[in-house]
Amino acid sequence: METLIKDIGFIIGTTLMYSTPLIFTSLGGVITERSGVVNIGLEGMMYFGAFAGAAAAYFYQDPWIGLAFAGVGGMILGLIHAIACVSFSAEQIVSGIAINFLGPGAALFISRMLFDGATQTLTIPNKMPLPLDFLFGEGNLFPSSGFMDLVFNRFATVYIAFFLVFLVWFVLYRTKVGMRVRAVGENPEAAMTLGISVTRIRYGAVMMSGLFAGLGGAAMSIAVVSRFSNTLISGHGFIALAAMIFGKWKPQGALLACLLFGGAKGLEIFLGSKGVPIPGDILAMLPYILTIVILVGLVGQTTPPGAIGKIFDKSEHS
Amino acid sequence: MKKLSVVLTVLACCAMFLAAGPVSAKKFKVAMVTDVGGVNDQSFNQSAWEGHKRAKDELGVKIAYKESKQDADYAPNMETLTDAGYDLIWGIGFLMGDAIKNTALINPDQKYAIIDFAYGDETPKNVGCAVFQEEQPSFLVGYIAGKMTKTNKVGFVGGIKFPLIEKFEYGYMAGVKLANPDCEVLSQYAESFTDAAKGKAIANNMYQQNADIVFHASGGVGDGVIEAAKEKGKWAIGVDKDQNFLAPDNVLTSAMKRVDNAVFDMIRQMTEGKFKGGQAVVYNLSNDGVGIAPTSSKHVPKAILDEVDALVAKIKGGQITVPATKKEYDAFVK
Repeated sequence: METLIKDIGFIIGTTLMYSTPLIFTSLGGVITERSGVVNIGLEGMMYFGAFAGAAAAYFYQDPWIGLAFAGVGGMILGLIHAIACVSFSAEQIVSGIAINFLGPGAALFISRMLFDGATQTLTIPNKMPLPLDFLFGEGNLFPSSGFMDLVFNRFATVYIAFFLVFLVWFVLYRTKVGMRVRAVGENPEAAMTLGISVTRIRYGAVMMSGLFAGLGGAAMSIAVVSRFSNTLISGHGFIALAAMIFGKWKPQGALLACLLFGGAKGLEIFLGSKGVPIPGDILAMLPYILTIVILVGLVGQTTPPGAIGKIFDKSEHS
Repeated sequence: MKKLSVVLTVLACCAMFLAAGPVSAKKFKVAMVTDVGGVNDQSFNQSAWEGHKRAKDELGVKIAYKESKQDADYAPNMETLTDAGYDLIWGIGFLMGDAIKNTALINPDQKYAIIDFAYGDETPKNVGCAVFQEEQPSFLVGYIAGKMTKTNKVGFVGGIKFPLIEKFEYGYMAGVKLANPDCEVLSQYAESFTDAAKGKAIANNMYQQNADIVFHASGGVGDGVIEAAKEKGKWAIGVDKDQNFLAPDNVLTSAMKRVDNAVFDMIRQMTEGKFKGGQAVVYNLSNDGVGIAPTSSKHVPKAILDEVDALVAKIKGGQITVPATKKEYDAFVK
């Protein structure tokens, strides 16, 4: 019985570890796509954020400064995407692909300059704190390696991610600026006639998505592990993008989709450790198969924001 | 007139000397193509480049490298270096197997070499293959793990399950069992070489099940394994190079693959006109192709390291044959 409870604790803990970087990034996806701009550059932004976060955390010896750098780094890539897509009416998919090359390219280039030619950073001295250990002292609140410890004694980034889900939901659905973002994404012409600046809203939303993706990358490089390496972010941004669509362009939906994906990973690792007679490579497909099955079977039809991916040219409407 | 003949003689001598000079000490040119990791990946490619640099210092060859940004770059990079007229061109890593073979068949007069890949009977005459007996250093670190575990339980995390990685697994398990027949070995594959989070989760799970030492042979996945050891205050064992710098208090030892030595060795043979094309050269303990990390002495007691040295002598002498496959392992533990 005790082992069973611990195993469940392990699966939940692994779920949270896996999901956190995805939650940040897919929230970024929700914000930008709600404003009508497709951002498939999330992967590149995450990659750059993971590097910027680890590099800054290494040089300043402080994970919070790392997190800030990661956010700003992602935001700069977001700005580039916004300039291309909003100001110059570039095709959003193409610009996103460019960002996916630019992010890793820039990260590795700077890494080579700062770290003596290496495409990875050195190990950061201080990682993200564990809030429960920080507040109550290590092992004081819950016995270490018990169920509660496995589930709740997580890095600060995990708690921040859950809080941000609430925050993004609140801003999008309960504030004026959120309503404007959604209006611009549904029908920019109508929004413009009401005096909303489509350009400003979209710039803000795309840059926020960069910020969130950058944080997602850093959640990987300064909490899950403690350094950046050139293969650390490989496909996470695309999974986050899928989770956002899977979650019907809603923050709470994206959260559930990320948790589902992380949960499937946790289950896969757990089953693998128990020596179930399923080949490892089949087991490794579990998260993806589960996602497809649930998408087709339970989620049903998803409706994207009305004006998504459409180029909005102000001059045509004035 | 006499003056003129003296001048002419001197000139003739100079000319002869100049002409003869380069021939007597021909400058060899060697280049390598990295895989996607790049030349400073702190792993394989970097180690190969160090071998090149040693060849430059000790043998006076000219060296160069070309980095591949993606798998599709291997063949074009090979072509570029072939056209540039190098004496020997290296492909670093098994991913380049096809690219090297195809280029070598088109350019039969150009010498090539590859790390970690053997073509068997189909090896082109102008390709030299350097392969390693990874099971040997894995056996040694397994022995250390078996001696040092306090819980009688150790772990192995593999990258993707295929014969090369299984050599690490079975060599390690054999070492553990030799040191400590009662010790249990947990073994799990991540089915990835990049998913650090998965490595961390697998290692966490092993530590939770009371294993206290985990060896990984899993590339980037290993970052997560070492991270888990650091967070839980347990031991991890590194791979390919000395990984102690990643977590100085938690990396017990590392199973090293001396790619640099293999590269240097094959370049030296080439400069001596003894290039071994058309076959695979095996690097193992006997020719310093593999070994355990020099930092092992930090955490491993001297008595155990002495036993390891005795094992090395036995492996070199042929008294112990380290198993590299499941079949050999089953026979070994019997």
